[in-house]
Amino acid sequence: MVITGAGSVNALGRSASETFAALAEGRCGIVDLAFRDVERLSIRIGGQIRGYSAEEHFSRSEIALYDPFTQYALLSAREAMEQAGLEISEELSVRAGVIVGTSGGGLHTQDENYRLVYEEGKNRVHPFIVPRLMNNSAASHVSMKYGLKGPSYCVATACSSSNHAIGQAFHMIRSGTTDVMLTGGSESMLVFGGIKAWEGLRVMSKDGCRPFSRTRNGMVQGEGAAMFVLEERERAIARGATILAEISGFAMTSDASDIVMPSQDGAARAIEGALRDAQMNPEDVGYINAHGTGTTANDKTECAAVRQVFGAHADSLMISSTKSMHGHLIGGTGAVELLAAIMALRDGVIAPTISYEEPDPECDLDVVPNTARDAKVTAVLSNAFAFGGLNAVLALRAA
Amino acid sequence: MSDDVTQKIIGIIAEQAVLDPSEVTPESTLEDLGIDSLGLVETVFAIEEAFDISIPFNANDPAASEFDISNVQAISDAVKGLIAEKQG
Repeated sequence: MVITGAGSVNALGRSASETFAALAEGRCGIVDLAFRDVERLSIRIGGQIRGYSAEEHFSRSEIALYDPFTQYALLSAREAMEQAGLEISEELSVRAGVIVGTSGGGLHTQDENYRLVYEEGKNRVHPFIVPRLMNNSAASHVSMKYGLKGPSYCVATACSSSNHAIGQAFHMIRSGTTDVMLTGGSESMLVFGGIKAWEGLRVMSKDGCRPFSRTRNGMVQGEGAAMFVLEERERAIARGATILAEISGFAMTSDASDIVMPSQDGAARAIEGALRDAQMNPEDVGYINAHGTGTTANDKTECAAVRQVFGAHADSLMISSTKSMHGHLIGGTGAVELLAAIMALRDGVIAPTISYEEPDPECDLDVVPNTARDAKVTAVLSNAFAFGGLNAVLALRAA
Repeated sequence: MSDDVTQKIIGIIAEQAVLDPSEVTPESTLEDLGIDSLGLVETVFAIEEAFDISIPFNANDPAASEFDISNVQAISDAVKGLIAEKQG
């Protein structure tokens, strides 16, 4: 199974190529949040997309139906489809689908309209609020845009949504259900209600995302999307498509223990499962894109899980968290992070963990601090471990 | 110790721990009372609501917060400090 197209919109760039450049530079996309009522928040930073105007990309009637999370998914899908150069014929259309990971769905739409009816006392809302806010809206609009008539749906497993979605698309083609899939994830939680809810949990940082650093003090949110075109290798070669990377394996596990605290066992079983599914030796893995949220609990648990699975090889591989740059896109995060996995395999550039200050004995792996590194790697993993104890790990090889 | 603030805090903690207030003493730690990390976040929220204060507490690393949660007495003292600060 190979990836023949990639597209993205996030705090680091308006395309996959801009994102690759920012990841390689180690640029930070985390800024002071700007939206209505931000002064009533105690958390005021995030990986917010700046200078974006929906009107530049969509008509008025489209905007009436597209929440920002749908817009980001559509823009990403367009870039991925253009790169893949895929024509969806009538015959292919019924053998093609789209799976999109998202946690919050149309949160902008919900936030704006709850404000209208509760705060402003309005008794009438726009007729399209439901189709605009529903979690499957992005998947549905992508299927409509490209005439994908096979299986399409959304996956909502919090921080693992994108990896679950991409893994399901991989399974869909591998099982012979479809020939081509568009997949990825999208999130736009940077609104007053979205951040206010997260504030309550008290795991957000007020001053920055510093994964694996002893000085880390919580996560920082981001927003945006990334979408990919998946197809079988033979098919891609036959039509002369450029292969970005191979998805070789996927595994998912559940901790079945705690609604917010991560488990080393659940994470380790997902990593082992992905290696097994990909028929990959642990020693083959040169790089892991970490879940790396920047919370005390996640980062130490993730490092312990990596040590458990890789043993002595844990000291030879590189592991970085690009959330330090684009923030945590919750349901969209695994999709944007897959770009870092592709960059490692295709370009031989390992994205760094930026804002790294001090080593933490509980995270004593090579976390590629602050500066990207040139390294030839042939096999990589991308981790996602969600609230609710739902883990999803993808294994990839070079094209 | 039997002042109003402390009594109110004991009531909140007892409710969170599903215990009778008489079972909560100034020396009790939240761990003794069986309050886990999520319970702790809920307790902090309930105290903030009860006294209309903002508690500097990061669940990410409770021990590193400015707010001392080592036992019921410490919480009560810290809350009294925050109330005094607010009244300025």
